Amino acid sequence: MNGRSDPAQTFRDESVELLAELETTLLSLEERPDDRDLLDAAFRALHTLKGSGAMFGFEAAAAFTHHLENAFDQVRKGQLALNSSLIGVALASKDHIRALIESPESADKTEGERLLGLVAQQIGTVETASVSKDVKGGPEAGGEVTWRIRFRLAADALERGTKSSLLLDELRSLGTATVVALTEALPPIEEMDPFRCYVAWDVILTTSQPRTVIEDVFIFVLDDTDLTIEPVDPQSERIGEILVARGEIDGEQVNAVAAEQPKIGQLLVKSGNISEERLHSALAEQKHIRAESEQAKTANSIRVPAERLDDLMDQVGELVIAHARLKQLVSASQDLQIKSVTEEIERLSNSLRDTTMGIRMVPIGSLFSRFRRLVRDLSQELGKDVALTMSGEETELDKTMIERLNDPLIHIIRNSLDHGLEQPQVRQASGKASQGEIHLSARHAGTQVQISIRDDGRGLDRDRIRAKAEQQELIQPGAKISDSELFQLILHPGFSTAAAVTNLSGRGVGMDVVKRAIDSLRGTIDIASTPGAGTVITLGLPLTLAIIDGLLVRVGAGRYVIPLSAVEECVELSQEEDQRNTGRNFLNIRGALVPFIRLRELFGTRDAPAPYPKVVIISTGDRRVGLVVDQVLGDHQTVIKSLSKLHADVENFSGASILGDGTVALIFDIGHLVAFGQSFEAQRDAS
Amino acid sequence: MAANDNQSFEALTLGLGGEIFAIDANCVLEILDMIPQTEVPGARPFVGALINVRGKVVPLTDLRFKFDMERTPPSIDSRIVVVEIPLNGEPAVIGLLADKVYEVTNIGGASIEDTPDIGMRWRPEFIKGIGKRGNDFIVIPDIVRIFSGD
Repeated sequence: MNGRSDPAQTFRDESVELLAELETTLLSLEERPDDRDLLDAAFRALHTLKGSGAMFGFEAAAAFTHHLENAFDQVRKGQLALNSSLIGVALASKDHIRALIESPESADKTEGERLLGLVAQQIGTVETASVSKDVKGGPEAGGEVTWRIRFRLAADALERGTKSSLLLDELRSLGTATVVALTEALPPIEEMDPFRCYVAWDVILTTSQPRTVIEDVFIFVLDDTDLTIEPVDPQSERIGEILVARGEIDGEQVNAVAAEQPKIGQLLVKSGNISEERLHSALAEQKHIRAESEQAKTANSIRVPAERLDDLMDQVGELVIAHARLKQLVSASQDLQIKSVTEEIERLSNSLRDTTMGIRMVPIGSLFSRFRRLVRDLSQELGKDVALTMSGEETELDKTMIERLNDPLIHIIRNSLDHGLEQPQVRQASGKASQGEIHLSARHAGTQVQISIRDDGRGLDRDRIRAKAEQQELIQPGAKISDSELFQLILHPGFSTAAAVTNLSGRGVGMDVVKRAIDSLRGTIDIASTPGAGTVITLGLPLTLAIIDGLLVRVGAGRYVIPLSAVEECVELSQEEDQRNTGRNFLNIRGALVPFIRLRELFGTRDAPAPYPKVVIISTGDRRVGLVVDQVLGDHQTVIKSLSKLHADVENFSGASILGDGTVALIFDIGHLVAFGQSFEAQRDAS
Repeated sequence: MAANDNQSFEALTLGLGGEIFAIDANCVLEILDMIPQTEVPGARPFVGALINVRGKVVPLTDLRFKFDMERTPPSIDSRIVVVEIPLNGEPAVIGLLADKVYEVTNIGGASIEDTPDIGMRWRPEFIKGIGKRGNDFIVIPDIVRIFSGD
C-alpha cells in the first residue's frame, strides 16, 4: 500500500476492478449455477467491497453490500438456491453499489430500497425453509467451549489489505475473547518495515459457535496464515499446565522448576525456557479461564469537567487575594505567632496555586497534532509537497491557552503554506529540496512558553512590505526601520502583500487576527525572515492566564503591577540623569543605552514627585526599556482580572488586580510599553 | 430595555447634574456608597476609573461626560449604581456614578413621551424618552446605546 496517496481514491479505483470482476462472475454463475469456485469468487468480491468500503468511509455502499453478501453467504452454505432472479437482483445491485461509491449523495435512494427489498425477499423465502436445518447443524450441544486460537498473518498481509483488527473484531463478536499480541518477532525499529506484519496473536475465545465458524473468520487469509485452533481444557488453571498444553514447554521442565518456587511463570522466563511474552499470553489465558471479572485497573487518572477546574482556579484566586489582605494587616502587628501562621498560609496558598495551575496544564502536542491533517489537505490543494515536523510537543501550557491558540496557529500555518513555501519546481530551481518543511516547536523560556512556526520557504519580501506600508501610510517614505519592526507591520489590520487573494489567505485578515488573539493572551509575536531561506514566527506566551507574580510600584497616587517575569533590575534615577529632562531619554546601564519612559509624564500625574525616582528595567526578548516610577513597593501575588470592553482602547495596561486593601491596581502591558520605548530609539536612530 | 415602545416599567430614579434619570430596575445589581477608585491613565474620561465590586474589577462610568453636564465633587449623597447590561452581545457589569439615588418606582407608559427633536441639550440617540412624574421630568437614557456606541 502506498501510504502517500489518498486511500479513498485507491478504494474507488479498486472497486471498479472488483465490480467488473463481480459482474463477469455473476454472468458466468448464471450459466453454471453449481460452480463452487465462481460462487466463492462472487462472495469474496462482495466481502472485500463491504470491508474496504467501511474502512475508507463509504458507509452507504458498505451497508448496502452487506445485505447482498448475506444472500450469497446463504447460497454458499446451501441455505439458498441460486436462481436467475437472484443473479438479476445482484447485477442491478452491483450497478447501485457503483453509484454509491462514485457519488454517495446523488445515488438513487428508492432504487436502493427496491433492491434491498428484492434481496430480502430472496433470503426470506428460504429462511423459513432452512430453519430446521439450521437447528440441526447448529452449535455443538449448545454448550460454550473455550478455544485457543493462535494465528500469524503472512508477512506481506498488510500490503495486501488484510486488517488484523477486523479479524480480531470478528472473533470478539463470536463470544468472550481475550486477545494477546505476540510481538517477539518485532525487529528493532530501524530495521522495521512498516508495511510488514510482525505480530502474531493468541485469542482465547469462549463461544457457543462451532469450530467451523471460527475457521470461517480466517477464510480469506487461510492460505498463508499460520493458524491453530484448539479447545482449552476448562480444568487447567495452573500456569504450568497451560504452558504445557500449549506446547510451550514440557511437563517435566515445569515440575522441576515448580519444585523450587511457587512463582512458576516468572521463573520459567528467567530460566530462559519461555519468553516473557509467551508467559504473558498464558497468564492471560489463566485469567480468562478463571473468569475473574477483572475490574478496571486502579484508576491513575480521572476526567473532570473543565468548569470545576475553573471554579477551583477562581477560588484559589480569591484565596490569594484574601491572603494578601491578611499579610497587609499582619505586617502592622508585632505578634510573632500570627506572623508565623500567616507565613504558613502563604506557603500553602502558593503551593495550592501551583498545584491548581498544574492541573490545568496540557502538553501542546495535542494541539500540534491537529495540524497534521490541515497541512496534508492544504498541501494537496495547493499542489505543494510539504512535511510537517514538530518538536517540544511535551511542553505544557494552560488548557485555556491551548484552546485559544488553535485559530492563530491555523492562520500562521496557512500563510506559511500558501505564501511562504514555493511550488516544488520553483524550489528545485532555486536549489532546495522539492519538499518544503514546516516545523512547529515549543519550549519553556523562563516564565514564558515560546512557540515557533518555521518554514523553509521564500521568506518575507522586505521591499514589498515596505512599499505597501508606505502606500498605507504606516511608515514615512524612506524611513529607517529595522527588519523586525518592518515585519511587525504585516500584523497590521488590512495589511496583505499577496498579489492575488487565494482561497486560503491574502485577504489581509489573517495576521491581524493572529495579532489580536495573541494580544488577548498577553503574548508577543516575533517575526524573523531570511530571503530564500524561510520565515520564523515566534509566539511568546505566559504560562498561565490567571495568576502571576508581580512587582508593585507607585506612580503619583496610583499603584501599578509590573509582571515580575519581565523585570530585569531596579536602579535609581540619578539626579543628573533626571535633570537632563529634555531631548534624551536614555539611561546608561553598564555601557548599554536603554530608553526609559517617565510614567509620570505618560500618565499626566500632577502630585508632587518623589525625591528619588526609581527606574524598573523591563524586557521582552532582547529589547529593554526602563520605567521611571516614584516608588517600588514590593512583590505582589497578582490575580489577573481582565479589563472591560469599555477600556479596550487603553493600551498601556493588560489587566487589573485587586490589592490587599481592596483597591484596584492596573497591570502594565509589557509588550506595548517596550514597543513604545523602542520608538524613542527609532527616533534617535532616525535623527 | 423595557422602556421601549413607551411601556411602563420599574425604574430606579437617580439624580445626576441636576436632572432626574430613570434606569430599568431589572438591570441594577446593587447600589454602593462611594468606594476607593483607581484612575485609569489614558482612558476616556467617561470611563476614567475602576472599582472593586465584591472581588470583581468593574469600570466606573460618569454619564455626566456624555451629557455635557457640570461635574460637582462627590457629596454625602453620592452613590455608585452597579448595573449589568449587554455590551456587544455579552453581559457586562458597569458602575454608574450618581449624585443621589431616589427610589424604585413604576413609570407608566402613558406618561412617557418620545424624545423631542428640538429643544434638547443632549444627543437624542442617547435618550429613549422623557417621562413625567408629578411636576418633574424624568430622563430615560438608553444606557445600552451609550456604552455600545463607541
